[in-house]
Amino acid sequence: MALDQSFVGRSYPPTDPYEVGREKIREFAVAVGDANPAYTDPEAAKALGHPDVLAPPTFVFAITYRAAGEVISDPQLGLDYSRVVHGDQKFAYTRPVHAGDRLTVTSTIENIKSMAGNDILDIRGDVHDAAGEHVVTAWTKLVARAAGTTAKPADESAAKPADEPAAKTSDTAAEGA
Amino acid sequence: MTAKIAYDDIEVGTELPAQSFPVTRATLVQYAGASGDFNPIHWNEKFALEVGLPDVIAHGMFTMAEAIRVVTDWAGDPGAVVEYGVRFTKPVVVPNDDKGATIEVSAKVAAKLDDNQVRVDLLAKSDDQKVLGMSRAVVRLA
Repeated sequence: MALDQSFVGRSYPPTDPYEVGREKIREFAVAVGDANPAYTDPEAAKALGHPDVLAPPTFVFAITYRAAGEVISDPQLGLDYSRVVHGDQKFAYTRPVHAGDRLTVTSTIENIKSMAGNDILDIRGDVHDAAGEHVVTAWTKLVARAAGTTAKPADESAAKPADEPAAKTSDTAAEGA
Repeated sequence: MTAKIAYDDIEVGTELPAQSFPVTRATLVQYAGASGDFNPIHWNEKFALEVGLPDVIAHGMFTMAEAIRVVTDWAGDPGAVVEYGVRFTKPVVVPNDDKGATIEVSAKVAAKLDDNQVRVDLLAKSDDQKVLGMSRAVVRLA
């Protein structure tokens, strides 16, 4: 079922602030095997001109994707999220995320397309700090694959970019399977 | 921002030092915990097969996190990354053995932009398959 085009441009209310902690950044850096001291040593980060340890560039996805969950699970939108895969991801930074930030996310539906029975949804997450200053914007392209196809990685053609069943949709997929 | 690479020293075509990143099932469990992404396709083989995957696959965002390390290690300051985007084209399949999989990442400067910025194009492969498409970063150099 094609998604309702009238949702294009719709913004969702800002999330409650997420407080970025040094130890959460450390945990993430360790998990991706990155020993850059700017992620764990405040002095190393300060030597680079930052106020506290930085988060690796993709760290903020955990925050923006949680916010996007509100869009994905909006019953009025009617996305079949058991079939959702993550197509593209992009970030544009005004400044890096660092420990001590209190970040809010405003999610907006930028585009809805239907292609070969697949629903393609572009969600933009604008991330601001406690002072209301822009930190980073994340663009997430999600593809809900047509009913009757399995949620397997796109190996058919470049016209179907989506590949990986998106994060956090799988609990539902498991229940629906 | 204090990138250790000077804009004036860089030419289009400059290659960044390539790197290989190992990924095992244990890596994926650790990443699931750190990122909060507990999708079972990243740790539950039975589930992965049921939804049509060849085996457990790495989180796309894990692969994205590894690939940018080639850029951040080169630039010195991770805060020098101004933009970063990828398309997830193929999964990184992670077998349940001691070796797991390897993500091979190479990168080169594709364009010099204004304001001391350069565009870096990344190539990420696993098992000889390109796993990221349109993988690009914009970095502000010294």
